[in-house]
Amino acid sequence: MFFKDLSLRYKIPLRIAALATGTAFLLASTLVYRDSKDLRNNLIENAEKMGRVIAGMLVEPMLHDDVWRVFEIISTPFKYPETNSKDLNDEYILVLNASNTVYASTKPELFPMQKDPASIDPRYADVLKALADESSSLTRIVEPRQYENIFLLIPIHSDGHRIGTLVMSYSNFPFIEHFLTLTRDAAIITLLVLAFLLPLGVYWGHKMAVPLVQLSDVMRNITPTLPESDEIKIYESGDEIGQLGKAFKRMLVELKEKEQLQQHVIASDRLAAIGRLTAGIAHEINNPLGGMLNAISTFKKHGVQDPFTLKTFSILERGLIQIKETVAALLVEAKARSRPFDHNDIEDICTLMQSGVQAKLVNFTRDCEFVDTQSIPSTLARQVIINLLLNAIHATQQYGHVNLRIRREGDALMIVVSNDGSYIPPEKIAYLFEPFTSLGENGSGLGLWVVYQIVQQLGGSINVHSELNETMFTVQIPLQETT
Amino acid sequence: MTVKKYWYRLVCLCLLALPLAATLHAEEQRAGMPVRIGLTPVFLDHQVAFNNEWKLYLEKHLGHPVIFIQRGSYREIAELLHDGKLDFAWLSGYPYVRNKDDLQLVAVPLYKRKPLYQSYIIVPASDKKTRTIQDLRGKSFAFADPDSNSGYLYIVYLLSKQGENPSTFFSRTFFAWSHVNVIEAVASGLAQGGAVDGYVWDTLVLTHPELTARNRILNRSPQFGSAPFVAGRAVSKAQLTQFQQVLVDMLHDKNGHNLLEQLNLNGFVYADEHLYDAIEQMSRFVEERKQ
Repeated sequence: MFFKDLSLRYKIPLRIAALATGTAFLLASTLVYRDSKDLRNNLIENAEKMGRVIAGMLVEPMLHDDVWRVFEIISTPFKYPETNSKDLNDEYILVLNASNTVYASTKPELFPMQKDPASIDPRYADVLKALADESSSLTRIVEPRQYENIFLLIPIHSDGHRIGTLVMSYSNFPFIEHFLTLTRDAAIITLLVLAFLLPLGVYWGHKMAVPLVQLSDVMRNITPTLPESDEIKIYESGDEIGQLGKAFKRMLVELKEKEQLQQHVIASDRLAAIGRLTAGIAHEINNPLGGMLNAISTFKKHGVQDPFTLKTFSILERGLIQIKETVAALLVEAKARSRPFDHNDIEDICTLMQSGVQAKLVNFTRDCEFVDTQSIPSTLARQVIINLLLNAIHATQQYGHVNLRIRREGDALMIVVSNDGSYIPPEKIAYLFEPFTSLGENGSGLGLWVVYQIVQQLGGSINVHSELNETMFTVQIPLQETT
Repeated sequence: MTVKKYWYRLVCLCLLALPLAATLHAEEQRAGMPVRIGLTPVFLDHQVAFNNEWKLYLEKHLGHPVIFIQRGSYREIAELLHDGKLDFAWLSGYPYVRNKDDLQLVAVPLYKRKPLYQSYIIVPASDKKTRTIQDLRGKSFAFADPDSNSGYLYIVYLLSKQGENPSTFFSRTFFAWSHVNVIEAVASGLAQGGAVDGYVWDTLVLTHPELTARNRILNRSPQFGSAPFVAGRAVSKAQLTQFQQVLVDMLHDKNGHNLLEQLNLNGFVYADEHLYDAIEQMSRFVEERKQ
């Protein structure tokens, strides 16, 4: 259960490690098993060949009852004892005569002549049962499981009669020792191989898991907000995981765009609703307001001229005028016809800005790439640019930078105002163009509202991009068809 | 002198010269013929390097090539000698006394300054219980060769003398075809007792003590005439004398002395056939018992 919930970062390397270990051990044990089996078979095969040679040589001395020759022949393989003498305890050759008593042996002290081997070593009671078939000349290999010996029984035949049996006893001890040595060697080699394979396997497993883990991390992090496309760290390759990652990234980018679009639509809708509401209210206010101001004016001209009433009416009039101005500011009317925007407008604007620029010692630069007149109402364009520049100068620090760039881009005029002033947090950007949203202590909070309303009415768009060192307002206004 | 007389003389001369010519011719022929010497395990006959050295020595002093011939048993050597296929042989006293009529005594080795040796009856060193020959009853026993005095005749004689039947006294007997083999058979435990040439045993004590140490001597026989060098009947007196002289002179020659030392002998001496009376007596006794 724990493993099920484990990260792929560990799960894949662990599985590879398990696989490598399992394979190494399986391979090693198969080889050990095969080698032991081969060794055993080879030994038995060689022993049988040697036994047959010896049995052939024994026929004549046995027929001549020459015990010494028989002893000499069977002793030959034991003339040069191996250094490992403990192995030889169970390794000997017995020659039995036809009645299965000892004719000669390489261990005469243990197996004296004429004795029944079973009376010396009870194992022979079982072993010699294999000799039941008198006429068979086949070698019998008897390996009683509980005994540690292998017995090769080779009949000695003369003229179709069995005149005796050659019994070769081999100890299992060398096999066991060989098996243990082999197992130890195999274990060492396996461990060495694993010492190489395991880190490699773990490394590969890790490499394999990393893209998946990255993908998973990115997936986990898409809530609550979708990450920016450059924040999406995804392993890039042509393989399936890479393709999946790419597709996922593309999906995220699209989702982000969709989200931005949605937010934009929502903001536009809201601003439009506010605009409609404001315009509606402004109209509703403007009508009675006009009446009220007319009435006050008429009253001041023709009504009672008592000073207190006049003072009161003056207060009313000033209040109503303030309302009218505010309402007028809210009610941006783009219908007013004016001449097209040209160079002089920019010069005017720059002149207008001089006092603010000089007050703050702002480094004001401009970059205007057009020469001819542009079919955009100059009054509105000027207001947009002035409002943006005022904001920019206002937002920048002393000795800050403010830049104005105006250029033609297809059928639209691009106005870009940027400064190195304070950064606008994203949550504020959404409400930036709503009326009475002020970033500083000064200002009515209507400047950007007016800009937005004008741009909207001219069928353009406005974008804000704010980073730590630069805040940039980009306005795009389509050129009007000249009539 | 008449022509007839002259012819008669000439024929006579020729007739007289014939045997001489034949003799001269035989001598000439023999000069290129090798001297064939049969060896038996009455000494350590399987030391190839020593045999080659001895062969060269004999060739040098005999003036003839020498061939050593070895066989698996005394009997085969005795038969070759009988058939004239061997000139000389170093045989046991037992086949000599049985074939005395066919053989001529050449020389006898001096062992411990005497032309005598003994037969030893040995048992494995691990066998501490056996004290007398009688204790070997029912056990397995190794003889050297059916034609060996020390390795067969003596023990058979001893048992017969004690009223035993040698063929049933032991549970199992076999021939090992050499004294060294008997010692090995007893040492390995294949046989529980064995009869060996005392001279061979003593020599092995010097050269292969690890082998003799695995056995112990149970019984030492009285002294018998040592195994003699004999010649076949066909060997001429001159040949015999020459060979006899070469053997006896080995003692006076540096190389010969060296070879004798390797043989663990003091030399070779002329001997009388009565040296083997004791063996002949035993042989006769055993033969009579058989019948």
